[in-house]
Amino acid sequence: MRRLLFVLPVLLVLAIGVGLGVGLGRDSQELPSALIDQPVPPFDLPPVAGMAQPGLASGDLGGDVKLVNVFASWCAPCRVEHPVLTRLAEVHGVPLYGVNYKDKPEAATTFLDELGNPYTRIGADEDGRAGIELGVYGVPETFIVDRDGRIRYRHPGPVMPQDVDGVLLPLIQELRG
Amino acid sequence: MKAVVLALVLSLAAGIGNAVAATSPDEMLEDPALEQRARELGKELRCVVCQNQSIDDSDAPLARDLRQVVRERLLAGDDNDQVLTYVTARYGDFVLLRPPMRGTTWLLWYGPFVLVLLGGLGAAFWVRRQRRVARVVEPLSSGEQAELDRLLRDR
Repeated sequence: MRRLLFVLPVLLVLAIGVGLGVGLGRDSQELPSALIDQPVPPFDLPPVAGMAQPGLASGDLGGDVKLVNVFASWCAPCRVEHPVLTRLAEVHGVPLYGVNYKDKPEAATTFLDELGNPYTRIGADEDGRAGIELGVYGVPETFIVDRDGRIRYRHPGPVMPQDVDGVLLPLIQELRG
Repeated sequence: MKAVVLALVLSLAAGIGNAVAATSPDEMLEDPALEQRARELGKELRCVVCQNQSIDDSDAPLARDLRQVVRERLLAGDDNDQVLTYVTARYGDFVLLRPPMRGTTWLLWYGPFVLVLLGGLGAAFWVRRQRRVARVVEPLSSGEQAELDRLLRDR
């Protein structure tokens, strides 16, 4: 009993220390999505003016496992992830859908003319309201939507090659069944 | 000197005035009661871009968009809870600057009190033991008493 009284505070301090230590290691900018396993929220975006791709509505998602990528020409990390997304779409055959977030149509067109356009559909989200529906707080963000039109995964920030091999592809393969 | 102090105080006051809200006049609702509610809700909601500012305080474009969403919901007739539910459905509990009370946040809300309680118990035990130690001090043996008497006499 006496020994317990000595050990107790030590254990308590250790527990708090470990808790805080874990908290320190976490990226506080990376927030959990409220939309995981939820159906894609309703939105209906017109095409980007002057682009060949049709616009994007939530009804276009589902049917197959699809990627939804929120991007903008003004966003530098979007440029970084672009070849990675292109590889996912073209090599691995994952349909890629774009939400062009708060962008100028001409700028978006130039961006994709320069880097290539791997998107099946692109919706122009000029006022960012579809972004709010999706809980987007920073561009780029990428979602995996399953066959039933449910959001199964959210990747904030640029998709890097290691994310593709480590997380995205395994999950896509699992969802494809 | 006085003038300098006054100028400093005034500029500080102006700075504070600016920091109070980022809401610009063109965003405001015509109905002052609704606008008041929108302002209060804006103070409850975290700007997810700058994280430690409320959307009422923040100049980030997303904060501005969310202020607009709050006002639209109010105009649509939502009560305050419905507005908060609308935003948390999209951004999660993290957007609430006051976390909700529930199983997973129990530790957050009551943890400090539990720690104070534990500390208080510890202190109480310690004080009690100190008293007990003080009470059980053994009386001096006859030899010690004789020595003490001698020392006091020699003084």
